[in-house]
Amino acid sequence: MDLFIHQVLAGLATGGIYACMALAIVMIYQAIHHLNFAQGEMAMFSTFIAWQLIEWGVPYWGAFFLTIVVSFIGGVVIERTVFKPLHNAPILAHIVAFIALFAIFNSVAGFIWDFTIKSFPTPFGQESLFGSGLMGAHDAGMIGVTLVLLVLLFLFFRNTRVGLSMRAAASNPDSARLVGVRVGWMIALGWGMAAAIGAVAGMMIAPVVFLEPNMMLAILIYGFAGAVVGGLTSPGGAVIGGFAVGIIENLAGTFIPVVGSELKLAIALALIVTVLMFKPTGLFGARIVTRV
Amino acid sequence: MSDPLLKVTGLQGWYGRIQALYGLDFEVPDKGVVTLLGANGAGKTTTLRALSGMIQTAGEISFAGQSIAGKVTEDIVRLGIAHVPEGRGTFTAMTVEENLQLGAMTRSDTRAIAEDIERAYAYFPRLAERRGQQAGTLSGGEQQMLAISRALMLRPRLMLLDEPSFGLAPLIVEELFAILVDLKEKEGLSMLVVEQNAALALEIADEAYLIETGRLVMSGPAQQIGSDENVRRAYLGY
Repeated sequence: MDLFIHQVLAGLATGGIYACMALAIVMIYQAIHHLNFAQGEMAMFSTFIAWQLIEWGVPYWGAFFLTIVVSFIGGVVIERTVFKPLHNAPILAHIVAFIALFAIFNSVAGFIWDFTIKSFPTPFGQESLFGSGLMGAHDAGMIGVTLVLLVLLFLFFRNTRVGLSMRAAASNPDSARLVGVRVGWMIALGWGMAAAIGAVAGMMIAPVVFLEPNMMLAILIYGFAGAVVGGLTSPGGAVIGGFAVGIIENLAGTFIPVVGSELKLAIALALIVTVLMFKPTGLFGARIVTRV
Repeated sequence: MSDPLLKVTGLQGWYGRIQALYGLDFEVPDKGVVTLLGANGAGKTTTLRALSGMIQTAGEISFAGQSIAGKVTEDIVRLGIAHVPEGRGTFTAMTVEENLQLGAMTRSDTRAIAEDIERAYAYFPRLAERRGQQAGTLSGGEQQMLAISRALMLRPRLMLLDEPSFGLAPLIVEELFAILVDLKEKEGLSMLVVEQNAALALEIADEAYLIETGRLVMSGPAQQIGSDENVRRAYLGY
């Protein structure tokens, strides 16, 4: 039983990473109805920016918020320069652009900061909580940050006019234009917010996995898994999905002898497929009821 | 005679490379109701979409003395043209109240917006009962009421209505048009109504235009058009 609880808590800790990433994925999905493959690399690049700022002597929280702002602007600029011209292009063109972004961010990061592994500071400290070694302070802090982000997003989409406009632009662009919503800018805003959330995810994840250009590869897949399991239309679902993936991965790795650590990724992917088979919109995805 | 609110001259419109409108001229007087009649595919919806800047156009469109040809939809809305689109354009995943708030997207007078929402509920009490409900779950008639209310939230000077009676039960249609008459008479709202149900549209309109394959073939006072035996048989089908 002790082992079980221990593994669940450890799963919750890694799940926090996936939940954070899943949140960024849902954000961009809301805006453009595609999964952005370059999301992880954008987050990684943001994290390097934060690392560089800290190296230059900027205090942690200064670097943290500056990175969020820079990432937001970067996201908006990417949408305006790359994806706005592609607006009416077929999906495959978007996918090619995602892959190009992926490669560009990955190699530019390697070019500027090289591929050696760097440690990234945590603002929460390294000691373990409750003195039991079950969960580290950083893990708890990361979960807290994810939940705060989730609440902020929820309030933003429910209670602000911009949030309402963004939802309108995503769900019915033509109608949104007819009430005066500037749909193009809402999409750009979605990109900016996704990049900013990704930056937060990256800065929370980096102390755990260490900073290097390929740090997001596996995490992006787990993040996708979390987002899809929870429902791509539901930020709350995505966070729960992220935690679920973390816990299931850990429990399977511990209690199913054949799985071990090699098959953990396979478990995540099997989970995606299973959920999609039974609930195509994810566990918490909105089923939109329509009467005609 | 005062200047018309909307004056369209030589309006052409395209869907991609296919031309759908071939030089329309028509006017909507201030506080007047004009209807555009014609068969399926004649270009009625296209005309409204052209006015809202949703398709590529050529020709002159002047609204309240200002040229709006070539402007983007979002800017045209801000001048006070509300468009109730074909198929109602409901934001299905949002609540009734959120749909109404979106209608007032371009306004910033929070208190007046709240008042207008209550006013919409007064016109359509059934929406008030369902204010927290997902709009996609409303019946067709209720969604049409919501679409009109959403358009009114703009406090428009001109409302474009695309087939408001489409797919609705006769009783609901009657209720809806009674409210449109109210809006015309009490609020002095100008409207351009596209309808397949010509008899209905001619009842509330002052002027009518007949459109056939992207060209206007006849125009005149609504009463006169409605009582012309030949026109009725040839174009209106009743």
